[in-house]
Amino acid sequence: MSEIVTRTLTGWGRTAPSSARVLISPTVEVIQQAVRDTAGQGRNQRGVIARGLGRSYGDPAQNAGGLVVDMTGLNRIHAIDADSGLAMVDAGISLDALMRAALPFGLWVPVLPGTRQVTVGGAIAADIHGKNHHTAGTFGDHVRSIDLVTADGSITTLTPDDELFWATVAGMGLTGIIVRATIALTHVESAYFVVDTDRTANLGELMALLTDGSDESYDYSAAWFDAISTGPKLGRAVLTRGRLARRDELPPKLRRTPLAFDAPQLLTAPNIFPNGLANRMIFGALSEAWYRKAPRQRRGEVQNLTSFYHPLDMIGEWNRAYGTRGFLQYQFVVPLDAQHAFHHIVEQIARSGHVSFLNVLKRFGAAGRAPLSFPQPGWTITVDFPIRTRGLGALCDRLDEQVLDAGGRLYLAKESRTAAATLARMYPRIDEWRKLRATVDPDGVFASDLSRRLELV
Amino acid sequence: MGQFVIDAVGNPQSLLLLGGTSDIALATAERYAAHRPLRVVLAARPSPRLDAAAERLRALGATVSTLPFDAADTAAHPEMIGKAFADGDIDITLVAFGLLGDQEKAWTDHATAIELAQVNYVGAVSVGVLLAAALQRQGHGTLVALSSAAAERARRSNFGYGATKAGMDAFYTGLTEALRPSGIKVAVIRPGFVRTKMTSGLKPAPLSVTPQQVAEVIVDAVAGGREQAWAPAQMRFVMAALRHLPRPIFRRLPV
Repeated sequence: MSEIVTRTLTGWGRTAPSSARVLISPTVEVIQQAVRDTAGQGRNQRGVIARGLGRSYGDPAQNAGGLVVDMTGLNRIHAIDADSGLAMVDAGISLDALMRAALPFGLWVPVLPGTRQVTVGGAIAADIHGKNHHTAGTFGDHVRSIDLVTADGSITTLTPDDELFWATVAGMGLTGIIVRATIALTHVESAYFVVDTDRTANLGELMALLTDGSDESYDYSAAWFDAISTGPKLGRAVLTRGRLARRDELPPKLRRTPLAFDAPQLLTAPNIFPNGLANRMIFGALSEAWYRKAPRQRRGEVQNLTSFYHPLDMIGEWNRAYGTRGFLQYQFVVPLDAQHAFHHIVEQIARSGHVSFLNVLKRFGAAGRAPLSFPQPGWTITVDFPIRTRGLGALCDRLDEQVLDAGGRLYLAKESRTAAATLARMYPRIDEWRKLRATVDPDGVFASDLSRRLELV
Repeated sequence: MGQFVIDAVGNPQSLLLLGGTSDIALATAERYAAHRPLRVVLAARPSPRLDAAAERLRALGATVSTLPFDAADTAAHPEMIGKAFADGDIDITLVAFGLLGDQEKAWTDHATAIELAQVNYVGAVSVGVLLAAALQRQGHGTLVALSSAAAERARRSNFGYGATKAGMDAFYTGLTEALRPSGIKVAVIRPGFVRTKMTSGLKPAPLSVTPQQVAEVIVDAVAGGREQAWAPAQMRFVMAALRHLPRPIFRRLPV
């Protein structure tokens, strides 16, 4: 049933903790009442924010001194229509659970991020993207309706014709609490991919492959790249691209159960992890090994979802490997023609002494409709930095300036340390979003550590 | 003004300095003012020095307000802390006030001894209790307590001061554990001899540091989530050794 406990919360990066009262409830009415109660507290209220599975890296799903609604108990599937592909679900269901429920119907979640452990509500609030952004857009593009609890505790049903819909998509939970949504799933014949792999000697070779026109013929495309080697090996990469396999493309053994899905978890990282493992020696060795294990070139290989898309899922709670100090993820996008600036940023990261192993590079497609949506046509990378007290903040501040100068921006779902003024300049439509938000939540009932830190509201 | 939050690499957006004219506290504020737009509340007894400190920080781009604060007047502390938090959350609170005074009078003159204990110990406990409550209410924050290497073992030449610091050190160290479940961090900083206005006129001890060096230790400790830090870092091992010296030897040391 419903209960309220006081918890110290962080994002996936395990940094900047704050304490809040957490409401755990599987009932929409209880959530509505909690919102009304918060609004009723008047001037000194600390607001309320929804929290999903806590995979955002920074602080959007925590609310110091206030209320946080844990949505993970609100996780039922109300309907899946095999013909139209429409799924009506509670906002607290994970993409993993939705995918598993939909596969037997020959239906596929159209946008999957780097982990399936995110809720539908979180996917909408961050307007997540995946390896197929350049062909399928963001998650918000596949949402047909949203049931939103607004600041007065009432529920409003929004569709893509409503401005508030697009303020809620990518709105980081600050327009209200999403309790239900209708998602348009896509039809597939199998849960496998046909994959082409290319290993490149450096960053330039990778970017050439991504701009020679070949990328458009792949639905899914992303690269792991080396962010530690400098010099001629800078940004050497393993590019994996593909599309979902037709049934007749599968080997006989898989053809019998083409929609079967298995996610083996080899181990769970223990909670006692010595600090300092995320260092140049270990990550350097890991990078070398990861690069070497990939084939120089391979065509038409059939891979399952875990191999092609979610290799990290094999290790549960992998963020513990970064120790108690935690880490931060730096993800940005710069326009396609900012190749030189992009190259320069990757170079600085490699030379900085801050080591990252979990690096992804992708070429984005068209931008979405939501004012705060992150993807825009261009180059995006994500790197994970273990928190070192010397110089990391300054490095990221310097990179921010270059991203800004190049006409790019940071991603609110990953962000944990930029300045409010910088963020505002990165999102030209932020004032449009702020006005819209203010009409539906004038008293600032919805608030988070993120919204306060970046002065979003 | 809005409410602010520290970020993942330890950049605060708001500071409260209790002991707003402390050289160490101001050096710390100056370091933070360089990273992000900063709101600073300087709590100290009104004086031209306090106004000058506020101006210096404003020149660095910080938004500064001053608050009358008398460490010895504990009855006024609850209202003072209330005012300090009235304009919004405080990311980092620095307990940086203290008297050194004449160390011989500290044990021979009754009034001097009482005042030293009242300001350095009772005052520190008083604000500690109030800050703990305020930080728990806002759900986040770091408390930095300026202790002293002398707290670990006071010498004949400074035991009046050392005893008061030993008391506040133990209190804030205990507070570290008491606040752990609420996610509030406490950092106890133990500088050796610091060349400040408090120690001007005294001969610097070996391993002395500047306020800027102590500020660097504070910034690193807060960013790294460290609960105890020494300035300079070697002071930790020096004090560990000194603490265990038998008294007949310790009392003969020329320190």
